[in-house]
Amino acid sequence: MSNDPLPPSAARAPARRRTRHPRRALAVHLVVNGQAVARTVEARKTLADFLREDLGLTGTHLGCEHGVCGACTVLLNGEPVRSCLLFAVQAEGSTIETVEALAAGEELHPVQAAFRAHHGLQCGFCTPGFLMSAVALLRARADPSDEEIREVLGGHLCRCTGYQGIVDAVRTAARTWQR
Amino acid sequence: MKPAPFEYVAPRSVEETLALLARHAEDAKILAGGQSLVPLLNMRLARPSLLVDINRVRGLAYIRRRDDGLHVGALTRQRAVEASPLVRRYVPLLWEAVRYVGHPQIRTRGTIGGSVAHADPAAELPAALAALDGQVVIRGPSGDRVTSPGEFFTGYLTTALDPADLLTEIRFPILGRDAGTAFVELARRHGDFALVGVAAVLRRGDRTIREARLAFTGVGAGPVRVAEAEGLLAGATPTGRVFTEAGRAAAARLNPDSDIHASAHYRREMAAVLARRALELAWQRSGGSR
Repeated sequence: MSNDPLPPSAARAPARRRTRHPRRALAVHLVVNGQAVARTVEARKTLADFLREDLGLTGTHLGCEHGVCGACTVLLNGEPVRSCLLFAVQAEGSTIETVEALAAGEELHPVQAAFRAHHGLQCGFCTPGFLMSAVALLRARADPSDEEIREVLGGHLCRCTGYQGIVDAVRTAARTWQR
Repeated sequence: MKPAPFEYVAPRSVEETLALLARHAEDAKILAGGQSLVPLLNMRLARPSLLVDINRVRGLAYIRRRDDGLHVGALTRQRAVEASPLVRRYVPLLWEAVRYVGHPQIRTRGTIGGSVAHADPAAELPAALAALDGQVVIRGPSGDRVTSPGEFFTGYLTTALDPADLLTEIRFPILGRDAGTAFVELARRHGDFALVGVAAVLRRGDRTIREARLAFTGVGAGPVRVAEAEGLLAGATPTGRVFTEAGRAAAARLNPDSDIHASAHYRREMAAVLARRALELAWQRSGGSR
């Protein structure tokens, strides 16, 4: 199924001899929300800015831009990470999921539906990050304890809700999301 | 665009990394998990001209049990340390401390070597390493050298690492069944850097404390061991009063700063309280009773 003209050995062999040179801009190839993406990007561009500016995926929000608020959290190979603390070039070869991947057309993802039902959001600025962390947690744990839920949500700031609705939403989504 | 422009290279091996550092040492920064470095870049508090991204270096992420202890590769993610049954079983102090580092979303990227090399004065892992008398392995142009925490942490955000060096491994001794450890800290919110943190290691003798080690974080330029308090404890019969006095003696030796988060006075008071709690807990865990 591969179109790669190089035999596997040739693809591997040069690793030792090839000298990599520092560059200001590099080509990146990654899969974002199921779609293969190839772009040339400045090394200093964060993954968050790359998603928003180069790919137009503005659902990922930037709050503090130094890793504290959690609004920019996306999934990197399934794990929640701060996209403001990762350069796009570092995501070479990776799979990224953002909030845009959750809803199926007009139909909310079960975690999103639970957030709406439990008033887990008001202004919505922090919500994409909360959703991605909640999705990662609920994929890994079928029935997380309140302590586990709170530990994961502790990595996010919300100025509107007081958090209780968010905790309730995650608890509910653990039941309603048919994984 | 937040960070100032830089060049970027992602070597695949330790040798390639060292060659790059040798060529560019003075202007280069090593990028590991990035959870401390990238905020500095985003705010332009750091402006290196070259980032050497070691995330693709092979053979630097592992947790291995060896005769002299648990060896942890520098690029091992904090989340992997936390999830490791080997760490939980053989170095419970490290397991307890790493769970205080940031949040799960930080620990998925943050590395153990990064925490140690960055040497934030309020970081948890350097204190755990100091209390355990672990070792830091450094690969430099002339080969490997193994440093003690006392040699490695040289001051505020500074270490024994030269610009052409790479931290490759952290070694933690595996304590015997007569030992108990505890890590406790005070922070305004879970996940913040500690206002004060304490790592305690106790070895139980026959109704007495055979050996004690106390390392503080958040109250000095780096992790702070307090020999006076350790001396008070060694050979003592473990009572509430002994632990309280050791905590007070340790706190009296600390010289914390005041900042927006807490005054020096408050930090010193809390250091005494937390030291007592850590010692009580470590003693219980050593299997000792009073």
